[in-house]
Amino acid sequence: MLRMPRNDKEMMMDIERQLAVLDLNARYVEAIDEGRFEDWPDFFLDDGKYRITTAENVEQNLPLSLIYATSRAMLRDRVKALREANIYEAQRYRHILGPARIESADDGMLRVRTSFLVARIMHTGETALFATGSYRDRIVLSAAGSRFAEKTVILDSRQIDTLLAIPL
Amino acid sequence: MSIHERSWPSEGLTRIPYWIYSDRDLYAEEQARIFRGDAWTFLCLEAELPRPNTFRVSNLGDMSVVVTRDRDGVIHAFENRCAHRGSLLCLKERGEAREIVCVYHNWTYDLAGKLTGVAFRRGVGGKGGMPADCRPDQHGPRQLRVETFAGLVFGTVGAGAVPVERYLGPEIAAKIRRVMKAPVKLLGGYSQILPGNWKLYMENVKDSYHASLLHMFFTTFRLNRLSQKGGLVVSEGGGNHISYSMSADVAGKEYEQAGMRSAQAGYGLEAPELLNNIDEFGDGIGIQILSVFPGFVLQQIRNSLAVRRVVPQGLEKTELVWTCFGYEADDEAMTELRLRQANLIGPSGFISMEDGAATGFVQRGIRGAGDEESVVEMGGSGTSSEESRVSEAAVRGFWKAYRGYMGM
Repeated sequence: MLRMPRNDKEMMMDIERQLAVLDLNARYVEAIDEGRFEDWPDFFLDDGKYRITTAENVEQNLPLSLIYATSRAMLRDRVKALREANIYEAQRYRHILGPARIESADDGMLRVRTSFLVARIMHTGETALFATGSYRDRIVLSAAGSRFAEKTVILDSRQIDTLLAIPL
Repeated sequence: MSIHERSWPSEGLTRIPYWIYSDRDLYAEEQARIFRGDAWTFLCLEAELPRPNTFRVSNLGDMSVVVTRDRDGVIHAFENRCAHRGSLLCLKERGEAREIVCVYHNWTYDLAGKLTGVAFRRGVGGKGGMPADCRPDQHGPRQLRVETFAGLVFGTVGAGAVPVERYLGPEIAAKIRRVMKAPVKLLGGYSQILPGNWKLYMENVKDSYHASLLHMFFTTFRLNRLSQKGGLVVSEGGGNHISYSMSADVAGKEYEQAGMRSAQAGYGLEAPELLNNIDEFGDGIGIQILSVFPGFVLQQIRNSLAVRRVVPQGLEKTELVWTCFGYEADDEAMTELRLRQANLIGPSGFISMEDGAATGFVQRGIRGAGDEESVVEMGGSGTSSEESRVSEAAVRGFWKAYRGYMGM
């Protein structure tokens, strides 16, 4: 559980921690929205986990994911496939994030929740609300670079329009 | 245009007229003649009704349907429509219930879909209410005939529908049993909205010719190359099919010679454990895609097992509902293997993400071509089973069945 700060110094530490999470979140979605997919795996630890599932699956306690990776290498494979093998029409995302809430902080490992909303912009100019949901993250803060130990993307809807190629 | 004013191209099944995907009147006719006709529609897995007193909402074409398992374990299905004003009865996708109550005026049904109660039927305080001779139950939701086969629940409202096993045909039935060999454990699901007519997706499923050409991931990692041993089975009526391939690759340089980008050297996975798999059926078949007319797909891609329901939602919109499963007997490691391989399928699937978009490419491509037709001559003009998957025999089979139901 997250403990209330006991003094001004702890208060400042909490604010700094909050800012570090905001910065990580902002840089993460910026890399995706700018199409820098090759940078995406580096937001994760080597054995970092990433998966996308739906609220329906979570509510039913069912483990299926749309994308499921258990290492940075698997994320790099996904990027390679997106660049070289898979076929999809040119498109971009725009992520809008809600405030990140730190649920708990233990031994440098934070549990963080952030709401997101993603618009998809097709090469034809068509812009549509593509996905909404919640990031359930475990984050390791470090001066050398904060990273996700785990990122679970829970989609509010079970429906995907056409395809979900670019990660969320 | 009315169906009676339409005629099929004289070449037969090797030509598909483009108006077939874009005619509004035809869409309505299909709903009546196929989905609410003598065809069987896959409704859900038996495992989706895990206990007595459970329900699941499904579809018969664009008609909403409630599928239930009653307190005695018997499965029923009926139209999701109240006898009174036509409101939806079930507003939840799935759940537990001992009775179904319409929220609008509290009319009540048992799990067989029989009307059991009308609120204030005799009025209040001797005033109001329904005349004694009114028979609201005569307007009740349509009852479906339900048959289960190997854990799959099928439904129809067609009086002339043959029993499911005969509808499937012996080869298809055997290959369903192959995958549905043991009690099923649900792993989860999701759905895809496809920007195209429902028939475009069914053609895509039956089109074994496209698999290694559109889906480059397949080809690159030698998951399915048309040089691999396999085959295509088309049922007698044409509407049901199986496409399968063996896991082992048989040498073949056709891909490299054709200079395809997917076969170029130096493309490897950093984490190939994604592709680890177990020959759990003991027959070496790595991929088996099976479809049943009009809109059911059963998939075995290595150890990734799923059913897909094709639900028309209008002329140019289709929902594809995926439900993935393993077996109750799976241990943790086997479940993990299936979950990893699920990266191959669905809207983000390495080897399937293109399918939904492909239906949209055709739908958008033919906007000005209602009078033109597509050319479907790979593998000749027939609809019989064959060893080569460089064939559109199953696509032609689909149209053979379709024309039969539509009287075209």
